[in-house]
Amino acid sequence: MPEASAPPAQGPLAHHFANLKQQKHAAVLGMWVFIAQEVLFFGGLFATYAVYAMKYKEAFEAGSGHLNWKIGFFNTLVLIASSLTMAMGVHSAALGRSRRIVGWLLATVFLGTVFLGVKYFEYGEKIAPCFGMGAGPGCLVPGQLFDASVLHVAADVAPETQIFYSLYFAMTGLHALHMIVGIPIILWIAHAAWKGRYSPAWHTPVEIVGLYWHFVDIIWIFLFPLLYLMGRH
Amino acid sequence: MNQGTEAKPMTPEVNTLPKEHYLNAGYDWKSWLLTTDHKRIAILYLISISVMFILGGLYAVLIRWNLLVPDGSHMSAETYNRVFTAHGVIMVFFFLIPSIPATLGNFLIPLMIGARDLAFPRINLLSWYVYVIGAAFTLFSLFSGGLDTGWTFYTPYSTVFAQSNVAFAAIGIFIAGFSSILTGLNFIVTVHTMRAPGMTWFRMPLFVWAHYATAIIQILGTPVVAITILLVALERLFHFGFFDPARGGDPILFQHLFWFYSHPAVYIMILPSMGVVSELITCFSRKRIFGYSFIAMSSMAIAVIGFLVWAHHMFVSGMSVYSAMIFSALTYLVAIPSAIKVFNWTATMFRGSISWETPMMYVFGFIGLFLIGGLTGLFLGNLGTDVHLTDTYFIVAHFHYIMVGGAIMGYLGGIHFWWPKIFGRKYSEWWGRISAVLIFVGFNMTFLPQFLLGYLGMPRRYHAYPEEFQVLNVLSSAGALILGIGYLFPSLYLAHSMVKGEPAGNNPWGARGLEWETTSPPPAHNFDQTPVVEDEAYAYDKAPKEAVVA
Amino acid sequence: MSDHIVSWKVYVGVFLALVALTVTTVVAASYDFGPLNVIVALGIAITKATLVVLFFMHARYAGGLTRLVVLSGVAFFFILVFLTMSDYVTRSWSLTGAS
Repeated sequence: MPEASAPPAQGPLAHHFANLKQQKHAAVLGMWVFIAQEVLFFGGLFATYAVYAMKYKEAFEAGSGHLNWKIGFFNTLVLIASSLTMAMGVHSAALGRSRRIVGWLLATVFLGTVFLGVKYFEYGEKIAPCFGMGAGPGCLVPGQLFDASVLHVAADVAPETQIFYSLYFAMTGLHALHMIVGIPIILWIAHAAWKGRYSPAWHTPVEIVGLYWHFVDIIWIFLFPLLYLMGRH
Repeated sequence: MNQGTEAKPMTPEVNTLPKEHYLNAGYDWKSWLLTTDHKRIAILYLISISVMFILGGLYAVLIRWNLLVPDGSHMSAETYNRVFTAHGVIMVFFFLIPSIPATLGNFLIPLMIGARDLAFPRINLLSWYVYVIGAAFTLFSLFSGGLDTGWTFYTPYSTVFAQSNVAFAAIGIFIAGFSSILTGLNFIVTVHTMRAPGMTWFRMPLFVWAHYATAIIQILGTPVVAITILLVALERLFHFGFFDPARGGDPILFQHLFWFYSHPAVYIMILPSMGVVSELITCFSRKRIFGYSFIAMSSMAIAVIGFLVWAHHMFVSGMSVYSAMIFSALTYLVAIPSAIKVFNWTATMFRGSISWETPMMYVFGFIGLFLIGGLTGLFLGNLGTDVHLTDTYFIVAHFHYIMVGGAIMGYLGGIHFWWPKIFGRKYSEWWGRISAVLIFVGFNMTFLPQFLLGYLGMPRRYHAYPEEFQVLNVLSSAGALILGIGYLFPSLYLAHSMVKGEPAGNNPWGARGLEWETTSPPPAHNFDQTPVVEDEAYAYDKAPKEAVVA
Repeated sequence: MSDHIVSWKVYVGVFLALVALTVTTVVAASYDFGPLNVIVALGIAITKATLVVLFFMHARYAGGLTRLVVLSGVAFFFILVFLTMSDYVTRSWSLTGAS
């Protein structure tokens, strides 16, 4: 049943590649192409944001002004730091320092979890009032229960702020989803690193997970000013 | 002057099947459902999309049956809405988009470039499972109450008012979109990284160029419709209000986001077919293709320019007239690369040695019908005439000429051309030709009247129509019957050939290309030794290569 | 894809630059530059993203193909936004020139 003259697998080398260099080239290119696709995936949301931000300037400024910029700022620093730790993880892999890879990757996971934890509380603040819970301000989930009174805008602008919050939840939610998917994958790579599966000659899985994580950071780099900083002045 | 030298393939008179090949390399369910062999995955896709084609076709039968009578009384208007929506959703997302790339593309691309497999075999298998899951969701939605929004899901009807299974169908299509993205990703990386030694970019078969260009569209376009469908689902389930005017949303924004993908999507549907035509026309003219680089570059041009024209679907939506003018001008640009292809194909045939095997009959059908479909697109790209023709049967006829007269003809031509390679057996050439003629006649009878109906003012998606349109409608329905029978025949004689067909040998057509230099069916590992390419593509002035078999 | 190993100092340097730019964007947002606020914010974000792509993601050391892929993604995103905006920006324009 197995092919008669295909070369036997040599460790990480897959049977359909001629050598590790080709395999690495393919894997890295594949991840970049996937990232290009993700740019367009989030791009649809950014395009929607552009259209409505232009149309409902006042509502967007009010909605943005109500978001806590300090939390956004903190989270941005956390995510940038996680990109640093991720880059250091890849760096360690290239130098063959397996233990260090694990350390840096766990640091990345830790920072990513901090980010998500903060997001959990941010969301909670806006969602809890919809169920009559929490001591915070009004319900900011778009729909029947949306309470624009906390935004201090004119009555005719109030309904338009729902679109801002729809975008807030959709964009940060999709971003958070990408982190939730990324964190277990980083843990899996960390586990493989712990087992000594990576070397200077072959550490491509660490590299490509790194590329994914940096992309997730880049999305937040754009989300932060567009969502949190449009209403401060 | 006859430029071809070989009329007969250089294989022994009596062919036999190779002892070991990819089809008999394991018979249990695991060897099929957990396969990573691109050839087996292509077969899995072939089965799935054929099932979906039959289903989509049955819905078409229901449409044409209802339109036999002017009052459309064979079914209620609500049911009719569900029927044409099902037809569109199934045919676009579950048949046309995957058709050639997932079947012929998956099977042939590694063979054509001299590789053992695609770059990511497991992702290839994943793409099939994702397709099946997406199909399951969508079919569940269609069978449990149906979808009545049209395949285009326009808001706010789809998000606010529709009383049908919008969310489920949207999720199914969202999932299926990832199948397309994964296929495109695999093809791009494969073409860049896995070509055999000597297989430079400009020696690649044009079939591969066509799929590379298609893959670019799949990667860059599909995610936008994916996020749009997600927004529709969010709006439907959680009342987010992006596209609902009552909540400040703009329904036209939905159309922009939707058509940003769905226009390039039509190039996903036609480019692979054009790639097939390039392969077939050079073989059956026994002459090197004319203007190789023009055809290759025109595929890339179509892929890029195709992203710039989407709002020509929206001219009457209420969008800005100035913006519409820009899109109209860009729409005329995109016709040019397609025309370049047709000119080069014609020049290929000039002074060639043309033969009328079944695949070539589909090529002629393609060129003529694609020409009509494409030219009628020019009327639609013009702002003035579009106001009269949009949302009429003129549009329906236009896109069916391209999708069916073009894309499906190319698909069938390709299936017939590479069938002997895929299954190692020949089918009945007589039945092949009869079916091709039947399909051509049935197709024209179905859709030519629809140009007239549209011009005369019959709107699309209406279950009833004025009395004076009945003759044309009945003619169209009669044509659909013939077309349906025409499609039935290949499924019968091709299936028959799988058990009773004469073994084909390595190169039954005497064609050029690496896929013909291995056995029919190919071994699981494609080539016993990695080929080294020394010739340009389509070297019909030289003798075909013998297969190097262990 | 190059096998060039980047010094950790580059990474730390980029990190510090990113932090500085983040602070800058927060400070800039507290001033009213009118329509320029968005442009400044996006300009800073693009600069930060470019640093991440070039150094953390090694695009600086990668071949032309990587750059082509990155630029294609960005270019088509711009097509989406700008051609869509061409509708919204001109929708209120009148054909006769009257306002």
